[in-house]
Amino acid sequence: MIRLNINGKTHDLDIDPNTPLLWAIREQVGLTGTKYGCGVAQCGACTVHMDGASVRSCGIPVSAAAGRKITTIEGLAKGNVMHKVQKAWLAHDVPQCGYCQSGMIMAVVALLREKPRPTNADIDAAITNICRCGTFQQVRAAIHAAAKA
Amino acid sequence: MAFNPEMNRRSFIVGGAAVGGGLALGLQIPFGAAVARAADGSPEVGAWVVIRADDTVVIRIARSEMGQGTLTGLAQMVAEELECDWSRVRTEYPTPGQSVARKRVWGDFATVGSRGIRMSHDYVRKGGAAARMMLVQAAADAWKVPVSECSAVNSVITHKPSGRKTTYGKVAVAAAKLEVPKDVALKDPKDWKLIGKPVKRLDTIDKLTGKQVYGADLKLPGMLNAAIKDCPVFGGKLKSFDAAKAERMPGVKKIVRVGESAIAVVADTWWRAKTALDAIAIDWDGGENAKVSSASIAEILKEGLTAEQAFVHNQNGDSKAAIASAAKKIEAVYAYPFQNHATMEPMNATARYTASLCEVWCPTQNGEGALATTAAASGLPIEKCEVYKLHLGGGFGRRGAIHDYVRQAVLIAMELPGTPVKLLWTREEDMLHGRYHPVMQAKLTGALDASGNLTGLHIRLSGQSILAAVFPGALDKGKDPLTFQGFWPSGDQSFEYSIPNLLIEHAMRNTHVPPGFWRGVNINQNAIFLECFMDELADAAGQDALEFRRKLMANHPKSLAVLNAVAEKGDWGKPAPQGVHRGLAHFRAFGSYVAACAEISVSSGSKVKIHRIVAATDPGYAVNPAQIERQVSGSFVYGLSALFMQECTVKDGRMEQENFDTYNSMRIAQMPKVESIIAPSGGFWGGVGEPTICVAAPAVLNAFFRATGKRIRSVPLKNYGIELV
Repeated sequence: MIRLNINGKTHDLDIDPNTPLLWAIREQVGLTGTKYGCGVAQCGACTVHMDGASVRSCGIPVSAAAGRKITTIEGLAKGNVMHKVQKAWLAHDVPQCGYCQSGMIMAVVALLREKPRPTNADIDAAITNICRCGTFQQVRAAIHAAAKA
Repeated sequence: MAFNPEMNRRSFIVGGAAVGGGLALGLQIPFGAAVARAADGSPEVGAWVVIRADDTVVIRIARSEMGQGTLTGLAQMVAEELECDWSRVRTEYPTPGQSVARKRVWGDFATVGSRGIRMSHDYVRKGGAAARMMLVQAAADAWKVPVSECSAVNSVITHKPSGRKTTYGKVAVAAAKLEVPKDVALKDPKDWKLIGKPVKRLDTIDKLTGKQVYGADLKLPGMLNAAIKDCPVFGGKLKSFDAAKAERMPGVKKIVRVGESAIAVVADTWWRAKTALDAIAIDWDGGENAKVSSASIAEILKEGLTAEQAFVHNQNGDSKAAIASAAKKIEAVYAYPFQNHATMEPMNATARYTASLCEVWCPTQNGEGALATTAAASGLPIEKCEVYKLHLGGGFGRRGAIHDYVRQAVLIAMELPGTPVKLLWTREEDMLHGRYHPVMQAKLTGALDASGNLTGLHIRLSGQSILAAVFPGALDKGKDPLTFQGFWPSGDQSFEYSIPNLLIEHAMRNTHVPPGFWRGVNINQNAIFLECFMDELADAAGQDALEFRRKLMANHPKSLAVLNAVAEKGDWGKPAPQGVHRGLAHFRAFGSYVAACAEISVSSGSKVKIHRIVAATDPGYAVNPAQIERQVSGSFVYGLSALFMQECTVKDGRMEQENFDTYNSMRIAQMPKVESIIAPSGGFWGGVGEPTICVAAPAVLNAFFRATGKRIRSVPLKNYGIELV
């Protein structure tokens, strides 16, 4: 049995401890906002926060997340109030297909926690998620807008 | 009227409507004067519009949303004529099964070839206009006044003489009983209020909160999950396997042979299915194809460059004679590789099979195609099949013509009748079983006279035909006209230079690798071949690349206009900052005219920084400029990833690249600033999702030559040690 704290809720999971955190979140906990893209921590679609830092959940065994505070895209808004990054994303109409955006948003939230007013160079270094639709131009604008919000 | 059970299912509420967050819409089909109603009971005013009592307007969209914004753009088209309150607009997908039952009332479902708007602009606007006429008529009938005295704006109908007002929601039921008018006039474009406005997308919020359900996210009661491995050698077979260990692994429900070539594990969770699949020892039989390599394919294509026989598609004058008598002859050979679409969401489909009904939930660019595949795979008549479309985590052409993943899901579900099974490919499976951008080589020969005029051009293409593999019925006496995209003598993919002696031909050389329609399709290589070679010719003639092109474009004013636009905004001909170099390209595709001017610098001879790209598009009419701008800037991510990073190489008959570590894609740090010029000149409808991709590579390659003196003639640039920084 592995105890996970996800978005403030406790989940006791009967699960192989080697199962990637991503699949525990998606299949056992049932939160599908965190996406599978590559399984090898390349694309960032599975990005979640572990104790506030962004991690790629496809590459972390669920056992390593036990006792840590996990936040997924579903846990970002406070009630009906969206996080400022989500609001900036809405204002800039960022997503196209949207599949990578959960991970992109989680990576950006973690960046802004570290660097509240990131430079373009900070963004380039921290945001390495793949987006095949190519939303980067809107992503950058929305990051700067969120930083000012 | 007696209904059999299947007709009942179709005629009333579709079984799938209750699951997956109301993804599928239920419909009542009208018989006699009955009112057609949506799943929630709201009346349908014509096939395209449902009006709820609270004045919510639901617009039916037959095409698929995969990020390109078609839900929003098509809804704008309907709403423009409907005169409804845009803030109350919602969209929904009719199902392919309903389309069959209603004789394709929503037209074509295919969301390919940048055609969402350009092929349906007329009938979707008429759908909106017809609904408006019915609603206004219903109000006039209720008031017992002439309809000519009534008008509608923003979902409110007004009787001008009396000032009486009502709303669409209040008259919708009455309107739904009226006959749909056939004679429908459309607005003059100058009167458009919503078309042409950069309104926000209608489908954003759920993509920000994790609520959006993609195919991979679907949950159905009692659903099992499947992972699959198909023979990595295309055309090979599953010879034997040892599943003794896998059978005993936790959660495993069934191990299934899928057709001749694949094996799948069905388990309670996907991760357990995948883990068990990896524990199966599989013996594949690659057959003869296992001998094929990229090098052996390249040899076959090379032979085609000089082969005697080729399909001619565009010819005037005598290019061979012009070349023979040229003052200067220029020749170059270019090549383009296999590439994978690499949608962010790997292929997937969920199927539930019983002997009387086969249902599929899937992300698809063509719901009707998915339905046809469901029927073929299940062996059931099409009336006993249904497809529920889900949002796509990217399409780019992979989910359009070929529904191999649907076929597999159905075959697996048939082994577990009544149980829904979700099949999800690993990224590795997705990379190994793409429908790849076809390989092509091209030999281009140009003739210059003593004054540096281009007197003749010969383009010999040699390589793979998509149509021969995917739609052989579309071949023209063996010739694949689509291979010549951008090279046609006329039409919406026409060659945009006037050259006195011209010959463009194709030696078809097909391979065992399955080709597919990859965003942009054949313009990707054709634009590189032509637009890089035009620069080579300009250099050989000692002329400026822009001026050289302009002289050949007097008869192509729309192409010239977009080229001039990027040259002007891109500061062509003006001094560039130290170390910065520019390159141009333009092309005609999918009915639109596109051009780009790239500004780059190169350090250490191989590190390319793209500072900015000015891109111009003339799509005729720009329905939503904000979304066009996003398609344009996104096109550079797709096109430049392909140029710098992407190639699928064949070894022992199979692809070597299995994930993003060896098949990379651009990141934000590499993203140039894209300045879009949207210049709709009116009078035609061009596509937007694809055309711009093809000018990305040649504009950058032409700039790279100016920066380094090196002319690169094959893709990707990583093969030359060149990287995008």
